[in-house]
Amino acid sequence: MSSVTHHLFRMFRGNAEAATALPASELRERLRRRSSGLAEFNHAIEGEDGLRILDLGPTSPTNIAYVTGLGHRIHNEDVLKESEDPSLVVPAEDGRPTRDADRFLAENLVFSPATTFDAILCWDTPDYLHEALVKPMVNRIHRILRPKGILLAFFHTRDAGPDAPYYRYHIAGEDTLELQCGPRFRLQRVFNNRHIENLFRDFSSIKFFLARDNVREVLVVR
Amino acid sequence: MEISKPTDSARAEVAHIGKSVVVRGELSGSEDLYLDGQVEGSIELHDHHLTIGPHGRVKASVNAREVVVHGELNGNVHGSERVELKKNAVLTGDIVTQRIVIEDGAIFKGSLDTQRAAAKPEPKRETVEAVAASVSSSFGAAPAGPAEPALVEQKK
Repeated sequence: MSSVTHHLFRMFRGNAEAATALPASELRERLRRRSSGLAEFNHAIEGEDGLRILDLGPTSPTNIAYVTGLGHRIHNEDVLKESEDPSLVVPAEDGRPTRDADRFLAENLVFSPATTFDAILCWDTPDYLHEALVKPMVNRIHRILRPKGILLAFFHTRDAGPDAPYYRYHIAGEDTLELQCGPRFRLQRVFNNRHIENLFRDFSSIKFFLARDNVREVLVVR
Repeated sequence: MEISKPTDSARAEVAHIGKSVVVRGELSGSEDLYLDGQVEGSIELHDHHLTIGPHGRVKASVNAREVVVHGELNGNVHGSERVELKKNAVLTGDIVTQRIVIEDGAIFKGSLDTQRAAAKPEPKRETVEAVAASVSSSFGAAPAGPAEPALVEQKK
């Protein structure tokens, strides 16, 4: 098992609804990075034809082309964007605003009982998602991912601050990602390894890949 | 209901539904359609093209040969040949088509199933074997099958 840090995860207080647009020049620019997690994810989905892949990030023509080019079927659902729906904001017991998780799950990640996915691209959604929605979303993912199905997720390290840029991830190759600045979502927290393991405790295994930038890549097997 | 053919030569053969028009029910036709208004129900154009304009707001299942979306479409889409989502398009629903073009900026929530075109009738067995033998002698190994055209295009 990976080493467990003893730092508590860091919550970033502040305005969580600050998804604002960036200048067009910043939106167009793309950075490339190697991804060991993606390489392993791709290795797992390349052997078979006709798998069902779920992409939880913003709509990416590149990802759609890549996945369908492998002969798979893709389902796209930008859960972070959907979580910004103002009608989901409700007061918590202490009066502070929170999100209605039941309604969020009634409107998102809804599939027929027979529908399961072979693989899920989660990207760094949990880091930016409102606290009230993180665990319910992971529980729903556990339900819709088939046994032995895989999930790729990214988590910021504790060096990242609340203003860490939000990126859209595009698959540029078997082990290469292109990162494109997206809307200015605010980083909500930084999980440590123990919290990541707790988050996915109902899954059968979890593998960490430490990258050079402030991101840990995680491959989870249902 | 305002359905007219515009005088614009570029749209000469295209029926046009303007942005102030609201249609509820089944919309079917045997010509191409440019839709910039609101439709709730279903749209059946089979062998023809449907273009949903930038003001188009559609809550309907769609069946057409080619579907181009600039506006909003909420419903399942069957484009027997091609579906294209322009940069401001918002599509919520499942897509089944042979070819898809999605511009960066388009928003898509749903599943995409790219179906290949119906296979051409197989040539006689002797012909296949003759071709395989020919390729094998030239390159050392026969290819597994005919090259497939790209199913997905990316457009920025």
